Amino acid sequence: MTLADVLAGIVFVALNAYAVLGGADFGGGAWDLLALGPRKERQRELVAEAIGPVWEANHVWLILAIVLLFTCFPPAFARLGTLLHIPLSLVLIGIVLRGSAFTFWRYGSPGGEDERRWGVVFAIASLMTPLLLGTAAGAIASGALGDGGRGSGDFYDTYVAPWLNPFALSVGLFALIAFAFLAAVYLTLEARERELQEDFRRRALASGAGLFLAAVLALLLSLDGAPRVRDGLIFAAWAVPLHLLTAVAAASALVALWVRRWGVARVAAAAQVSLILWGWALSQYPYILPPDLSIAGAAAPAATLRLMLGVLAVGAVVLLPSLFYLFRIFKRPDA
Amino acid sequence: MPDLLAARSQMAVSLAFHIVFAVIGIAMPLMMVLAERRWQVTGHAIYLDLAKRWAKGTAILFAVGAVSGTVLSFELGLLWPRFMEFAGSIIGMPFSLEGFAFFTEAIFLGIYLYGWDRVSRRAHLWAGVAVAVSGAASGIFVVIANAWMNAPTGFALLNGQVVNVNPFAAMANAAAVSQTLHMTLAAYAATGFAVAGIHAFLLLKDPANAFHRRALEIALIVGAPAAVLQPISGDLSARHLAAHQPLKLAAAEALFRTQAGAPLTLGGWPDVAARETGFAVRVPYALSLLAFHDPHAVVRGLDQVPESDWPNVPAVHFSFDVMVAAGSYLALVALWTGWLAWRRTDLAHNRWLMRALAVATPLGFIAVEAGWMVTELGRQPWVIYGVLRTADAVTPMPGLMVPFLTFTLLYCFLGVIVAWLLYRHIIRSPAVPEWRGFYMPPGSGA
Repeated sequence: MTLADVLAGIVFVALNAYAVLGGADFGGGAWDLLALGPRKERQRELVAEAIGPVWEANHVWLILAIVLLFTCFPPAFARLGTLLHIPLSLVLIGIVLRGSAFTFWRYGSPGGEDERRWGVVFAIASLMTPLLLGTAAGAIASGALGDGGRGSGDFYDTYVAPWLNPFALSVGLFALIAFAFLAAVYLTLEARERELQEDFRRRALASGAGLFLAAVLALLLSLDGAPRVRDGLIFAAWAVPLHLLTAVAAASALVALWVRRWGVARVAAAAQVSLILWGWALSQYPYILPPDLSIAGAAAPAATLRLMLGVLAVGAVVLLPSLFYLFRIFKRPDA
Repeated sequence: MPDLLAARSQMAVSLAFHIVFAVIGIAMPLMMVLAERRWQVTGHAIYLDLAKRWAKGTAILFAVGAVSGTVLSFELGLLWPRFMEFAGSIIGMPFSLEGFAFFTEAIFLGIYLYGWDRVSRRAHLWAGVAVAVSGAASGIFVVIANAWMNAPTGFALLNGQVVNVNPFAAMANAAAVSQTLHMTLAAYAATGFAVAGIHAFLLLKDPANAFHRRALEIALIVGAPAAVLQPISGDLSARHLAAHQPLKLAAAEALFRTQAGAPLTLGGWPDVAARETGFAVRVPYALSLLAFHDPHAVVRGLDQVPESDWPNVPAVHFSFDVMVAAGSYLALVALWTGWLAWRRTDLAHNRWLMRALAVATPLGFIAVEAGWMVTELGRQPWVIYGVLRTADAVTPMPGLMVPFLTFTLLYCFLGVIVAWLLYRHIIRSPAVPEWRGFYMPPGSGA
């Protein structure tokens, strides 16, 4: 394993953290939109209370992944920015609207007329962002972001077709459901009242089933849409053990939800989503942007990579205790 | 609109929007911590109210700052992929350090905002200190990256390829110290005077209001020293420009001709075709004196390079004059305030001072925006000074007018809402009547 591989792995760890932490904040927005039944307002309140203290810190994982990507793998960042300009711009609009609407809603006018209006903007942006982010990930996995696409002249083929296709969109759907699933599972643990726990238990079980269906759909579409991922996920040496592990995590999450062991369900659900992400990463290794840009080919000079490893080590010394402190204050089961 | 202009405009709008929130995010936490500290020392609830009110404002502004900052980090690739491909490995390090500083800021702001009842008083205050320190640090790291674009170093070019990359040397570039100092002081001065100005305006109607008096005091403690120091740091910047970016200084001063004993040109409208600036006030020898601390020094003019490599001279000159005028006003008001405070005058009852402060409310931010116009427009046509042209860095994607208009509309919309929310909840606040007429003689308690 080279230094570049290690740093690519760290970029992916940041993305993974963003998915299981920041992703759940987006999923919370989805449940805000789908709040139903007699406890509708209490569901929304629970979502907002769970997200409030942590969403900004969780969001920084994405920024960290982006700055690490453009420092350690500048050509990959440049190509992503060029070919995925449209979906990434839409992701940004979603991020801006989600964050500001949430803040305006919570700090705006408590009980006022416009309060719910901001809640709706927050919820819709929370749906749109993971859908598009997943779609962008699908475009990467499908190997459509090759160098050949650049400058071919045809706008649609270059800037739209790589992401506006069934496979990429199915990955977007998968991401959306995965985030909603994570949020529902975490919320069973956050809820203080029995009835609210049951509300989110049902939602977690339903979205867990939906996640399975979305995974099957994405896999079927990958037969045509993403041959590399398909081959990796089916034929590689690591494929069977990884699938077994993922299946164990998924089953544990569902069983734990069934028997109401919320803490176990939280760990298992996060593990399940993480394992799926690492399956994607392994399937396209050694490429950072398949089919032609490899990790080694995109890597910054060794001097930069070595320094970045040092920066990451120092940063982690500041970051990890702070994060631990934050979550201990706000996410302890008895807090 | 050509794609290059659309891309530059989108970047300009994104930066101009974000910088307001970034600047407040640096200085506001300091004010909030000072207020909380005074509450803990004096036990007077007025300071707690102040700290909570400012924390609420910080929450709104930090959230908008965080998301608009995310937009910028992506836009580097969405609009300038060739710049990032070239520069990422050289200048990514300060961005990564900024990422960690920003992470710390977000974590401790969460603890500060939501932790009033969950952590000890001591831990709460220190969380606020962590927000203030990491906020300033993240600003400094980002400005270091910008300074590198003005004074690129830490790499070599071999047949168009970047070699011998040294990120530490890139961070220690010639512009780093003067730019980070100037920007950090600007953040404290602009925010301090904006807050002081608002409360001064309210004190004109109600000079005995203890809440506004205390708010004014803390805002001035943050803003006034920075405003007084800023001209000194400006002098450092000007001398750096004279030595390393002569064209930017020449454009800022509308100095068309290289000359010894160059005059300082105030105001006027540079006529690029005629190579002269009409209606301007000229102070003989002053530019040479400021740039080199020698009245007879030779200052390089725009004639050093062909006109095709000139920045937009009228825009840079005008922005520069606006920045200097606004900054000088703040520095003078700060000195006046300091003099009155030293004489132990009751500031809030000095109506002329309150009027002068009320006028200052927007000026710090106008100076910040104008200053960025000088440094960004003054670097053109280069994105990396002398190394990479902006036109060569832009994305090949056509139709950039569409994202430019979309983001502009989005930011206009957000700007209006933020202004309205702040007006409604921070300034015209429901709690204010509780403190009305509650007179605290100066020096009592604090």
